[in-house]
Amino acid sequence: MTTFRIGGVHPHDNKEYSAHKPIVDVELPKQAIIPLVQHIGAPAQPVVQKGDKVKVGQLLAQAGGFVSAPIHSPVSGTIFKIDRAVDAWGMAMQAIYINVEGDEWDESIDRSEKLVPDCKLEPKEIISKIQNAGIVGLGGACFPTHVKLMPPPGKTAEVLIVNGVECEPYLTCDHQLMLEHGEEIMVGIKILMKALGISKAIIGIEKNKPDAIQHMQELASKTMGVSVMPLDLRYPQGGEKQLIDACIKRQVPSGALPIEVGAVVDNVATIYAVYEAVQKNKPLIDRVITIAGKKVAKPGNFRVRFGTPLSQVLELAGGIPADTGKIIGGGPMMGRAMSNVDMPTNKRVSGVLLMPKEESVRKEVQNCIRCAKCVQACPMGLEPYLLSKQSENQMWDAMEQHSIMDCIECGCCQFTCPSNRPLLDYIRMGKAKVGGILRARAAQKK
Amino acid sequence: MENLIVSPAPHAHSNDSVRKNMLNVIIALLPAYVLSIVAFGWGALIVSATSIAACVLFEYLIAKYLLKQQPTIGDLSAVLTGLLLAFNLPSNLPIWIVIIGALVAIGVGKMSFGGLGNNPFNPALVGRVFLLISFPAQMTTWPKPLGFAGKYLNAETGATPLAAMKEALKAGDASKLAEIDVWSTFTGWLEYGSMGELSVILLLIGGIYLLCTKTITWHIPVSILASVFVFAGLLYWCGYQGAAAPWVHLCTGGVMLGAIFMATDYVTSPMTPLGQIIYGIGIGLIVVVIRTWGSYPEGMSFAILIMNAVVPLLNIYCRPKRFGETKKA
Repeated sequence: MTTFRIGGVHPHDNKEYSAHKPIVDVELPKQAIIPLVQHIGAPAQPVVQKGDKVKVGQLLAQAGGFVSAPIHSPVSGTIFKIDRAVDAWGMAMQAIYINVEGDEWDESIDRSEKLVPDCKLEPKEIISKIQNAGIVGLGGACFPTHVKLMPPPGKTAEVLIVNGVECEPYLTCDHQLMLEHGEEIMVGIKILMKALGISKAIIGIEKNKPDAIQHMQELASKTMGVSVMPLDLRYPQGGEKQLIDACIKRQVPSGALPIEVGAVVDNVATIYAVYEAVQKNKPLIDRVITIAGKKVAKPGNFRVRFGTPLSQVLELAGGIPADTGKIIGGGPMMGRAMSNVDMPTNKRVSGVLLMPKEESVRKEVQNCIRCAKCVQACPMGLEPYLLSKQSENQMWDAMEQHSIMDCIECGCCQFTCPSNRPLLDYIRMGKAKVGGILRARAAQKK
Repeated sequence: MENLIVSPAPHAHSNDSVRKNMLNVIIALLPAYVLSIVAFGWGALIVSATSIAACVLFEYLIAKYLLKQQPTIGDLSAVLTGLLLAFNLPSNLPIWIVIIGALVAIGVGKMSFGGLGNNPFNPALVGRVFLLISFPAQMTTWPKPLGFAGKYLNAETGATPLAAMKEALKAGDASKLAEIDVWSTFTGWLEYGSMGELSVILLLIGGIYLLCTKTITWHIPVSILASVFVFAGLLYWCGYQGAAAPWVHLCTGGVMLGAIFMATDYVTSPMTPLGQIIYGIGIGLIVVVIRTWGSYPEGMSFAILIMNAVVPLLNIYCRPKRFGETKKA
């Protein structure tokens, strides 16, 4: 068994709708809306003003700190305004509105399809290029990539773990990216290995993608130190800690980062972006997203420039089916339900799932029958039934003692609950509360 | 476009339900149930039908009129309690006693704590033990398995293998022990005993079904059976006066029924694997103690109820292994 060792569930992977659909470029929008928060960390600071002309790839906003990322223009045109924008989840943030004019790219960007296999840069130069290109983890968390490449003093990286798991049902963008751009990803892996000064990389891919496994294995056989690890199907294998456990049988301790066990994890889409940034001078301005759903007319994988309204991408996929009950940004396990489709795509959105109405409504909640299935399913070894009850009763101290902060919010507990209890709703609420208490306590100590 | 539904993740569900789990346990009980009907005829049908009907009815009435809740009899848990209670009764028990048992099981054992999920003790066993204490004569006469040829009331009766063993222990007469035919208790053919505990092999088949459908995990049944074997084996091989062989213990009385179907009751068993193993070992130990030194020939019901009481403590002290906890060496 090559998988992680604690918990996990087996949701139906539902990949058949969009798997093997070639990546299609989405047309440019009339107006692009670029939020200044597209990553974990401080918001980016705009460096352009209303009325400025910008080209594709030009810097729009610089990083707001070390843990932050700059944002580049995905389109060419005129800055219309810098104003508040409300995203589909009701979060308000500053955004740059650009009226699109033509498609004029910055001259330094190499737009050819030609593979550039060799990288002569020094590790420091590579990292600064990645930092300046605004690259963040495209697996969903959007953690700035350059931070991972600079281990704190005393910690050393030993192995790069490449996340090609894509354990979320329905999503197929990483799969398709590996099939179409495996060579580029392999160069990206070599670049990251050089930046980290390590000689070993493992690509983890779940066995429901045999063609991707075979393709990457062929490429890896020509590359020193890189190997592919086919993994048994199990959610949440794409979770950073679970993937490390599955690949190198080491468990990241509570509260620590992967570097604690010598691992750096990057998603295949992130690594493709690294290749483009380092070898082609192209900052992170687009990504591949999956549009899928059981009733979607033309599901598929689409390359979108950030700032393109989702509604425009959905049109390409055949529009929104009539009986759609829920539109989810991301997959069904961890994705977020949206209230509209006007919001622009950004670095965070890896796919859109259109769920038919009959699947969208939660089932009636019954008493907890203490079947312990949530305890068996929890990949972090927690007791979801207990945490959920403690959160209901506002027992924050008890939750802290029961390791609430270890929860990765994967949803396995709620997925598996025969009584349809909203376990994760309560746990998430309690985790936010306990997290706030911990931060306040830390601030007081200073 | 109509209004979209917005709710937090996860948006997918395993489609598991309380009803599915209860139904799986009922299906797993069917082989043994068929044998008891073949062995005890009308008696088995009457006792089980009464027990199930009374349990469902009492749950419905109590939920609706006393607790003023929406009755949840559709989840089949009351059906299962009724069937399990019947499995623990002799098949010649008068209907009115069965009804009292069902009332105690559902009323006292389950609904008085707030219904499904809240009861600390296994409801079917609460019912059975209440009857055992209140009606000792009726509860310990076992009809001869004559199929539909046998009478329901005034049936020809006999002693269970365990009762015979207890007599032998009291008399210090080891020769009687040799009379227990392990093969017939294993297959359950022509045995005296409670309705559902006849056949080890049929109960095992049910247990395998439960494991395959992931309704239960191996921890509780295996730890109970292993602990019965070890503790009974210790007595047997150390040459304790009149002690029966461990395989005799495993194949007689309610050990199999209890280990696979009663102790694994979700509500009243521990939540973590370690807790479940300790719980199982405790049950096995208590059964052997009661059978060897107690005044009752059989102690499975008592053993499970006693360990039920320990479950909250086990849940507190037996935490699952947290991810990344192995680090400290």
